[in-house]
Amino acid sequence: MLDAVVFYTLAALILGLGILVITARSAVHSVLFLVMNFLLIAALYVTLNAEFLAVIQIMVYAGGIVVLYLFVVMLVNLKRDPEQHVDSRRLGRVGIALALVVLAELVAIAYAASTRAGGATVSGSAKSFPPGIQGGNTEELGWVLYTDYLIPFELASVLLLVAMVGAIVLAKRSL
Amino acid sequence: MLDTFVVPLLKIVVLLNAILVSVTFLVLMERKVIAWAQSRLGPMRVGPHGLLQALADPIKLILKEDITPARADKWVFTIAPIMSLVPALVVFSVVPFGFDPLFYVSDINVGLLFIVAVTSIGVYGIILGGWASNSKYPLLSSLRASAQLISYEIAVTITLVSVVLTAGTLNLVGIVEAQRDAGVWFGFLQPVAFILVFIGGLAETNRMPFDLPEAETELTGGFHTEYSGMRFSLFFLAEYANVIVISAVVVIMFMGGWMAPFPNVPVFEFFEIIPGWIWFIGKIFVLLYVFIWLRATLPRYRYDQLMNIGWKVLIPIALGNLVITGIAKVVF
Repeated sequence: MLDAVVFYTLAALILGLGILVITARSAVHSVLFLVMNFLLIAALYVTLNAEFLAVIQIMVYAGGIVVLYLFVVMLVNLKRDPEQHVDSRRLGRVGIALALVVLAELVAIAYAASTRAGGATVSGSAKSFPPGIQGGNTEELGWVLYTDYLIPFELASVLLLVAMVGAIVLAKRSL
Repeated sequence: MLDTFVVPLLKIVVLLNAILVSVTFLVLMERKVIAWAQSRLGPMRVGPHGLLQALADPIKLILKEDITPARADKWVFTIAPIMSLVPALVVFSVVPFGFDPLFYVSDINVGLLFIVAVTSIGVYGIILGGWASNSKYPLLSSLRASAQLISYEIAVTITLVSVVLTAGTLNLVGIVEAQRDAGVWFGFLQPVAFILVFIGGLAETNRMPFDLPEAETELTGGFHTEYSGMRFSLFFLAEYANVIVISAVVVIMFMGGWMAPFPNVPVFEFFEIIPGWIWFIGKIFVLLYVFIWLRATLPRYRYDQLMNIGWKVLIPIALGNLVITGIAKVVF
């Protein structure tokens, strides 16, 4: 009962802040709402007993990436309100198309979840850990990342490395 | 009910008061130590040897007029000092002042990461305060602060990982206990990490010689130029609370936390007469003294030098230290 109350309160706040992020007039306000949004998502992780993920969420998103957003927003210094877009009708059509795609995706997920609900549950598919690993999900997460998901993990690291090298190459005219 | 709400609440009240009082006296200590370093007397008028200056300053700040610049972003201007102070105080909820559960508010599994994460939120206060003032020096200061914090946070976090490898846990109580098991402070096992975290800590708390976001001589005080009265003092409180946090982290990670010196040498067992939390606070104050000492001694770095040190010196050393620690962990 208490869990449900906490979850729905958090979910409502997250959605509300999400709407504020895209409706805020000033880019800096928008970024501020985004930070609060990320903090609340971290709180959601805590309610799921995923402490490690919650802390990483705050550290990486709220503490790192959004600081960079703010940095950029302040550098470009948007003082004026953004001008109205010229062709608002075309944008509206694109928006409706995108919304339909997302809706289809949500329906598909809901359908898949309802057909699966009788059989395998999420907890049933969880891997069992070797003995000796206990006490906190940090160890478990590390274990899973470096055994079962080693190749995706390494691929993601290589992708980040490529992005980093690319950024340096683009930023530096003469190397 | 009693254990879940009342006892933690009492601890929080005691802790917050202790922090705020020690911050006011820390300001006095800073003025006194710098004065002695410069062959002056420092504050002498209020109370014996200026001791009551610590109480006079907050009263003055509370009574001062609170000014909001006309063209400032009022909402962000108001919230910025709060966003700067709250994370600095929240961090103390996981700092263990002793082994007994009486001496910490909560003991979470990812304590160290929690500290790193929450302190990284604190920078928003500085960035937004400078931006919302709608004034050019504070804005420059905000840009400096954000760049500086991001750069040094990476170095400090990578360095902390090597200590976590040595300890085998992220839990702060566990890290201190690991030092008891090892029989030696991690400061001796990880001297490079010790120095790196200390330097990074100086930079993250905007202390000399890295206080570029404040740099009175170039930026007229930096992000808090437009703030006055109590709002200014919130920034001030946050800065000093952060200094205490960094000192506490260094004490926990490298100086044996609440343990007496030489924990495994029988000759020095009489040190154990003094309770652990006094050792802990004593060690913190030694570090705070070093912070102030450095401020009195060193000149400020230039901004490009600061970035060079962060990215080209500290981060490579931190990575190297991490690799060596990993190899040592596998070999031994």
